[in-house]
Amino acid sequence: MLYGLVLIPLVGALVTWLLPDDHRRPIVLPVCGALHLALTAAVLVNTPPPSHAGWIFLDPIGKLILLVASVLFMVCAVYSVGYLGYRRERRNRVLCMGLLVCLSAMTLAALAQHLGLLWVAIETTTLTMAPLIYFNRNARSIEATWKYMLICSVGIALALLGLYFLAYSTIVAGGEATLLLPSLIGQARHLSPAWLNAAFVFLLVGFGTKMGLAPLHTWKPDAYGEAPGLVGALLAGGLVNCAFLGIMRIYQICMAAGHPRFFQDTLVMMGLVSMATAAVFVVRQADFKRMLAYSSVEHVGILAVALGLGKGALFGALLHMINNGLTKGVLFLSCGNIHRSYGSKSCDVVKGALSRLPWSGGLFLAGFIAITGSPPFAPFISEFTIVTNAFGEGHYLVGAAFLLFLAVIFIGMASTVLPMVMGVEPEALEPTDYRDRLLTVAPPLLLMGVVLLLGLWLPAPFRQLLHDAAGLLEVRP
Amino acid sequence: MTDILIHLLLTILMPPLLLGVIGKTKAAFAGRVGAPYLQPYYDILRLLRKGSVFSETTTWLFRAGPVITLAAVAVASLLIPLGNHPAPVSFAGDMILFAYLFGLSRFFTMAAALDTGSSFEGMGAAREATFSCLAEPTLFFALIVLARLSGSLSLSSMLTHSSAATWFSDGAAMLLLVGALFTVVLVENCRIPFDDPNTHLELTMIHEVMVLDHSGPAFGYILYGAALKLFVLLTFFIQVALPLRAGNDLLDWLVFVCSMLVMAVIIGVVESVMARLRLIRIPQLLVAACILAAFAMLLILR
Amino acid sequence: MSSFSDQLLVLVMLINFLVLGSSRMAISIRAVAVQGVALGLLPGIIHSVSWHILLISAGIIVAKGVLIPSLLTGAVRKAEIRREIEPFIGYIATLLLGAVLTALAFLFSQKLPLHPAHRGLLFVPAAIATLLTGFLVLTTRRKAITQVIGYLILENGIFIFGLLLTEAMPVMVEAGALLDLLVGIFVMGIIINHISREFSSIDTSRLTALKE
Repeated sequence: MLYGLVLIPLVGALVTWLLPDDHRRPIVLPVCGALHLALTAAVLVNTPPPSHAGWIFLDPIGKLILLVASVLFMVCAVYSVGYLGYRRERRNRVLCMGLLVCLSAMTLAALAQHLGLLWVAIETTTLTMAPLIYFNRNARSIEATWKYMLICSVGIALALLGLYFLAYSTIVAGGEATLLLPSLIGQARHLSPAWLNAAFVFLLVGFGTKMGLAPLHTWKPDAYGEAPGLVGALLAGGLVNCAFLGIMRIYQICMAAGHPRFFQDTLVMMGLVSMATAAVFVVRQADFKRMLAYSSVEHVGILAVALGLGKGALFGALLHMINNGLTKGVLFLSCGNIHRSYGSKSCDVVKGALSRLPWSGGLFLAGFIAITGSPPFAPFISEFTIVTNAFGEGHYLVGAAFLLFLAVIFIGMASTVLPMVMGVEPEALEPTDYRDRLLTVAPPLLLMGVVLLLGLWLPAPFRQLLHDAAGLLEVRP
Repeated sequence: MTDILIHLLLTILMPPLLLGVIGKTKAAFAGRVGAPYLQPYYDILRLLRKGSVFSETTTWLFRAGPVITLAAVAVASLLIPLGNHPAPVSFAGDMILFAYLFGLSRFFTMAAALDTGSSFEGMGAAREATFSCLAEPTLFFALIVLARLSGSLSLSSMLTHSSAATWFSDGAAMLLLVGALFTVVLVENCRIPFDDPNTHLELTMIHEVMVLDHSGPAFGYILYGAALKLFVLLTFFIQVALPLRAGNDLLDWLVFVCSMLVMAVIIGVVESVMARLRLIRIPQLLVAACILAAFAMLLILR
Repeated sequence: MSSFSDQLLVLVMLINFLVLGSSRMAISIRAVAVQGVALGLLPGIIHSVSWHILLISAGIIVAKGVLIPSLLTGAVRKAEIRREIEPFIGYIATLLLGAVLTALAFLFSQKLPLHPAHRGLLFVPAAIATLLTGFLVLTTRRKAITQVIGYLILENGIFIFGLLLTEAMPVMVEAGALLDLLVGIFVMGIIINHISREFSSIDTSRLTALKE
């Protein structure tokens, strides 16, 4: 069954490569997505035991990543059928292939218990996303692709060095060199602190670059700004989660080592710096896709802070990972629609989206309200959990800074989003052929519904899964 | 006693022969017969018989320059061991004296050049100052490496200590040092690729233009001093690059003379196959040589 | 034997300086190719020879010494440039900074405790020095191809450290890392081609349209 999870998207990629017809090619995406989602559901219910000498195993954290990736991909796949209908001027073979290979790599990352395999999977996602950012084929997107490629490649290379340091620390400790997660966690207490700290720093820098932690986030605004909304949704929802998975794995090892202060403080610090950076730059953004990129930086910072705080905040971190992925999906897909309709990404041109595009505009507004942490949506629950734990454990300064940044970002984003959706359309706007159709509205609407549902009620199996995953991340006494 | 005598004899008589060998090598590359091997001797003797012309704008500095330059280099030649034999004068720390004797001679050459008040000489003095500033750290790094390898601060013991065994144990550092020191030899003696000794275009000269106004015996001193400087620095280089120790006294002297002549041929070859570098590239090359020497020092000091 | 690996690592570090100081692309590409070949020889020297090691050595020599340089040379030819422009901080400052970073690498590696078999070898200082040199080239150069060369040198530095683990790490991960490097360079080459077509130059200081 696990083979199927990884191989179905690859087979789909092969099929899209062979299909000569641009019109029929996007159909492959929802077909593969549906198969993948079905298999995911099956695997979540009947978890297979560890296989391949322990390299492959779906532990609770992996289950969460797999679930979000699969759902997000399915929704984006259905959306892409409608979206690519409006983008007939471009060949979409590379886009479809890239999306499918990326799904396969994300699945592999969720399944990997060997850190080297995890690294290979994450590097593959980096590589497959690069051509997708260049979908629009203009000077700005090539600049965005170049920055993305260079910065993320350097980050991944540094993460590899961190993995080498980790493997070497097992040799220095006198054992066999290994990168299998369970053995590393078992040996963690004996690993040399100097090597473990160095490994943690490099892995944090490497995967943090991929995630978009400040000050390594500089590629994000350009890449998210120039990529199509569909690609942006997968970047913000899928790739961020994979990179966070990498950080969570090293976190598991560090927590088992017995001296967690350094790791936790570094994570909290980087998280707060990211939130501060986002707060500064999100105000008065002229381009709403770049604004979404900074919102992504903010949420990555929230994830890092929550991970660093530990204990009860871990549940909030994992829930937030899911919520962020789904809500960003809504935001990117609806702003993709808005971009198609207005023909521009600039906030000067886009006004009155609610009247021109009631569904997409409404979804964008709802998404904004959700992502900034308002009830009754799900991100409120996760952020609330994190804040109460911060204050409950005595980290008053961290909690206060957290709330302050959230408030600033809310105001900043509101100052951009509200003029966009309210008001009247500018008269000078040329009519485009985009209309809110089922295929381009139903996917983000569905995601929004899930986000609302999670905000009101967490299903018990889901809650149990989150608790199991959080249990894996806690400090071992 | 005989060692000191032979040392003095070689130091006084051999330097112009090196220039002759270099000239013959370049002629061979160019397909010419070239000037005789002993031509530099004839040139120096001829110059010593001539009269001097001194410009009215010059002072005592102009007359003193060549003399002090030659004297400084001559004293430096007493500090350096030839082949396997210790130098006539040696004490702990004489390597600093060695480096700064060259500094003294360079200073007086530049001062005499500036004393003439001509813009050509001033230009040459400025270039010489820049390049020797960049070459000096290289020399000092090399001295540190040699001091660390031999455990002593006297040139005689430092240079006679290195042997084939040193190359086996610290080959990488020695190789880097050889590269850096060869660059220093070329730049201190104003050879291609840093300066063309045969050019007649003043704007391209560095050393020749500084001594443009000297004539007669003073020019003879300068010519001989340059040859002596080449001799001393090549000796330094040979001790590091070709540390052949035969054990027998006479054989050592023979080996030394032969290696000096081989090095002169090598310099002639380098002069024939390369062109002078653009002036903005020379600092880059000197910094690279400095970094090589610093890197050798890093490797030795670990 | 161990000292021969030290000599090779010194050669690798010298090549770093060569790339830092040279302005001609062809020389930089060839230098990185030689560096790749030197690195490919190292697994055979430090570990006992076996099929696994020979395969890795051959793969690395082919990939780093032949394939990647040919990709880069092709990109250089298509973009029709031959020389790099003055880097952001000048060549001399770059060389001096490279020397300082190498010295810092030596200092830093004294602090890390090594396995008894690896003590006294140059692997850790060489790895960190090469990593920092690659990073320096990546950040101070303007032409996109030179930035890719910097990335290659960075990867070489990481690889040097990985050599200490060759016996322990399975082939699959090493092969995966090598393959990712190859594909990454390939993708970068394609992007450079597009950059040169779009801007008629591969001077990345012209990529300034996207900013705050």
